[in-house]
Amino acid sequence: MTVSLGGSVKDPGSTVKTKTGSWRTFKPEIDNDKCIDCGNCWIFCVEPCISKEDGKYVVDYDYCKGCGVCAHECPVGAIEMVLEEK
Amino acid sequence: MPRGDVLHGSRAVAEAVKLCDVDVIAAYPITPQTHIVEDLAEFVANGELDAEYVLVESEHSAMSACIGASATGVRTFTATSSQGLALMHEMLFIASGMRLPIVMANANRALSAPINIWNDQQDSMSERDCGWIQLYCETNQETLDTTIQAYRISENKKVLLPSMVCLDGFVLTHTIEPLEIPDKDAVNRFLPEFEPAVYLDPDDPMTLGAFATPADYIKFRFEQEKAMRNAIEAIEKADREYKKETGRGYGLMEEYNTKDADIIIVSMGSVVGTIKEVIDQLKGEYNVGLLKIKAFRPLPKERIKEVLKNARVVSVVEKDVSIGLGEGGLFSEIKGILYNLDERPKVLGFIIGLGGRDITQPDIRDIIKLSKKAEKDVVDEVHWIGLR
Amino acid sequence: MMQETMQVVVDTPSYIKCRQVCKANVRANRCFKFKKNLEAVSGDELFAPGHSACAGCGATVAVRLALKAAGKNTIATNATGCLEVFSTKYPETAWRVPWIHAAFETSASVASGVEAALKKLGKDVNVIAFGGDGGTVDIGFQALSGAMERGHNMTYICYDNEAYMNTGVQRSGSTPYGSSTTTSPAGSVSIGNKRPKKDMPQIIAAHGVDYVATASIAFPLDYMKKVKKAVATNGPAYVHVLAACPTGWGSASERSIEICRLAVDSGMWVLYEIDHGDARITYLPTKKVPVIEYLKTQKRFRHLKAEDVQDIQDMIDERLKRYSNEI
Ligand SMILES: Cc1ncc(C[n+]2csc(CCOP(=O)(O)OP(=O)(O)O)c2C)c(N)n1
Ligand code: SF4
Ligand SMILES: [Mg+2]
Repeated sequence: MTVSLGGSVKDPGSTVKTKTGSWRTFKPEIDNDKCIDCGNCWIFCVEPCISKEDGKYVVDYDYCKGCGVCAHECPVGAIEMVLEEK
Repeated sequence: MPRGDVLHGSRAVAEAVKLCDVDVIAAYPITPQTHIVEDLAEFVANGELDAEYVLVESEHSAMSACIGASATGVRTFTATSSQGLALMHEMLFIASGMRLPIVMANANRALSAPINIWNDQQDSMSERDCGWIQLYCETNQETLDTTIQAYRISENKKVLLPSMVCLDGFVLTHTIEPLEIPDKDAVNRFLPEFEPAVYLDPDDPMTLGAFATPADYIKFRFEQEKAMRNAIEAIEKADREYKKETGRGYGLMEEYNTKDADIIIVSMGSVVGTIKEVIDQLKGEYNVGLLKIKAFRPLPKERIKEVLKNARVVSVVEKDVSIGLGEGGLFSEIKGILYNLDERPKVLGFIIGLGGRDITQPDIRDIIKLSKKAEKDVVDEVHWIGLR
Repeated sequence: MMQETMQVVVDTPSYIKCRQVCKANVRANRCFKFKKNLEAVSGDELFAPGHSACAGCGATVAVRLALKAAGKNTIATNATGCLEVFSTKYPETAWRVPWIHAAFETSASVASGVEAALKKLGKDVNVIAFGGDGGTVDIGFQALSGAMERGHNMTYICYDNEAYMNTGVQRSGSTPYGSSTTTSPAGSVSIGNKRPKKDMPQIIAAHGVDYVATASIAFPLDYMKKVKKAVATNGPAYVHVLAACPTGWGSASERSIEICRLAVDSGMWVLYEIDHGDARITYLPTKKVPVIEYLKTQKRFRHLKAEDVQDIQDMIDERLKRYSNEI
């Protein structure tokens, strides 16, 4: 494979090609009925891999490393970390 | 119309930078370079040059600022010497690795310790592996012309490597010489507007300076070497076209009386002037020629081999030494170039002029006499001149 | 000294819901202003996932929120360090704004060049220089000082994880007193790091920089407001943001935000800004948490004895008093 001029990368955000979800041991599961829409899980997601779709917060498991910040920051316990089944 | 003037080497560089419409200049003082950035400051202050003049707090930051500016898509310049060049060392590799066509003048000066402000070429010689084009100049005129050419060479799409224009400290920087300043229109014709190959732009975001794993790293290094090889042609092309505009050209190297010479001296920088004079004086008595290396990086190895292969003795005269190897860098490389020939000349190394020690005509005569002796007798490979 | 009012724009159903749970014993500062939070954070995602930061890395939050605050008309420079390494493994990049990295100590000097070039080109683009604490308070100190003093129109953001993390948790000038690192290990005759943390924001303020602020990733609205002000400053600006590192601090990955909140609530880290010489603390905890609550969340402090903890408590009480007088 040839390399780019001076190592330049012209594909912004291309780390999305690397699926870091495989790092995970525990996965967050969001209970949308309990959710009060404070957005903490999304604001503090370190990847980021939580987004809001149709009014609900969803986790992109392709990237979630299972750090647990979202569940820990949820003020109403709407997110549970469950053991990943592989 | 070109303009005749009598200028210091420093001023000649500054005039060239002005003619090239450089956009960002990073400046930090060090003897014997300082007049270059002072003159540029004056041009900017007088509105003669419309450039951003960044008063960095070190040479390390000078090169870093040039990297940032060049990566944002503008033409950049800085000048340094000796300790300043050494302080930049880390950034020199980064500028070339990122393929940024920065141009820098280096006023060649000895390295500490002991601290010494006078001329030798240890500073740039110690940076020969950093991926920069290195062009050594003999006169102030050549320095001016080479600085302009350097932008054209560096910005060549097949090259995209930074250039270091090396001029001997004091010997050139502080000495006045009559010279010709080319006409601005001629420079404009010769040097097209800078079109960056990669640059930082929010409308087309790219990442510059990513980290590479062992899988790719070696490929980047190889690409740099390929670009350096391309620079050989680019230097010649730029020189040809520059000659068309100004009548002056220098090539990759200059041969002086080399045809059928028994002894060929190889050297770089201002000292070749003295060597030429002595060669003229000894005409008829000694059959001596001179090969002046202008492009030390890229080093035109095949051409050098062609010029030197039929000589009996090749004597390399240089102002640097690799301590522990006990010989100068150019000497080692010339020996290496000739090694695989079936029949090769003897190669002698002369370490001379360190820390500004005068190089006199008698010194050169002695070198030629010793070289003559080496045609038949066994003589030491390396000689230090000026230990007494 | 002023304290930001903690009023919240009312009348959204979810706010009321939140309020109810808050009464059900959730600390108020966890979700106060959440509505505003949501709006503030809703900008473009300019930092992509798929990078290789450790799970729970606080540096990513610092960058993601800063970019949201600054917007996409931004050029970023970066010092060598965790952020640079985990976000740009060739041929991929997490960055969706133009980004450049040269060396460890050069984020500010490279940004100087970027800014000078933009000026020459007549382009109005935000320049943000990112650096870790090592790249900022130690090896990049001179370049940063020069850049700030020269008055370049740039924002420097130091994400402070209080040690050289990328090379394996060595002590930096920003490591707090009593912290155990690989080069300042706690031992039978050593408390770990023997010196207090270098007060970098005050040093930058002494340069006469127009906008200087401290921040914590646990206070996103406060942080983003500060980044916005910094970027809007016509001249140099400096933001120093505390960003937890579970790997180096020996903390649970899920607690990264909580720890950065505890740092502020305990007074270990004070949130303030100096806006054109006008200094004010931007957030004061309503109830100060004893520092032990902060220290015990992290293995780097676990060797501390009761009297050491008391020393630290005294130190931060004294500092807070000084800040309250000066700021
Ligand atoms: C001149 C130089 N010295 C040392 C290093 C090695 N080095 C790379 S990253 C790093 C630590 C970075 O620490 P910090 O700036 O705090 O960022 P962090 O990794 O903690 O995010 C070190 C010591 C280097 N790359 N360059
Ligand atoms: S070592 Fe710390 S700072 Fe570095 S990526 Fe991991 S968590 Fe982030
Ligand atoms: Mg750090």
